Amino acid sequence: MSVVFRRFHNSGIFKMASASLKGNGPVEDIMYRKLEANLKPVHLELFNESYMHNVPKGSETHFKVVIVSPQFEGKPLIQRHRAVNEILADELKSGVHALSIVAKTPDQWECSSKEVEPSPKCRGGFGK
Amino acid sequence: MSVTVLSQMLRQAGRFNKSLPSLAQLRFYGTEDNRITKMVQNNKVVVFMKGVPAEPRCGFSNAVVQIMRMHGVEYDAHDVLSDEQLRQGIKDFSNWPTIPQVFINGEFVGGCDILLQMHQSGDLIEELKKAGITSALLDSAQQKDDAGKSDSK
Repeated sequence: MSVVFRRFHNSGIFKMASASLKGNGPVEDIMYRKLEANLKPVHLELFNESYMHNVPKGSETHFKVVIVSPQFEGKPLIQRHRAVNEILADELKSGVHALSIVAKTPDQWECSSKEVEPSPKCRGGFGK
Repeated sequence: MSVTVLSQMLRQAGRFNKSLPSLAQLRFYGTEDNRITKMVQNNKVVVFMKGVPAEPRCGFSNAVVQIMRMHGVEYDAHDVLSDEQLRQGIKDFSNWPTIPQVFINGEFVGGCDILLQMHQSGDLIEELKKAGITSALLDSAQQKDDAGKSDSK
């Protein structure tokens, strides 16, 4: 399942570095561990999308998280996003500038295509 | 408790040296909150974004603009890049760390990801309906439906 996902993301121009692959940065590592410890996900992927933006190479500013957790059961989307935002509050206050979130329950994940669209193209607003 | 006392207490606590707001800042947060409350209540749909609808300066903001366009929604848009106070103020107001932010009927609905999912699930049409707005997507679907009915007669 995640193979499909990664293949999709790694194809063409969408080269993504997943936290479960080598070469991820320290911030990404911390974020991964915090989410893992707090939400006990059955599926967790973190993508550093900073390269898509006008920031220095190797930056850790723009991320996408795909997280599937039984703890999301019965919670509306906004509460799931708030939970993720709160767990990563320190990172969001410091260097992390954008966080795109896909938060699903295991059932929703099983029923979905398990493919996640890459984030939209940057339009130059960062750092103004 | 007065703002002055609160500010002094925080300062004495000394734990948040760097992030400690000054008295002026505390006063400012108050007025900024009031200003934003007025903004979000000024129209049924209000969007805080980077850039303006005709020229969004962030992909996430652009996605929200496109969704609103598809639904034919008229809304107030506020560019946080041209207003530094608003840029931080809106994050504090909603307790939400990122831009864009969408309000319907004065209530915070979510950012780009949530709007996109609401659009895909059909929840956005429902949410707009609650605010008394008929989505353009619903209109065109009904027209098709009506056309279908007259064809079958």
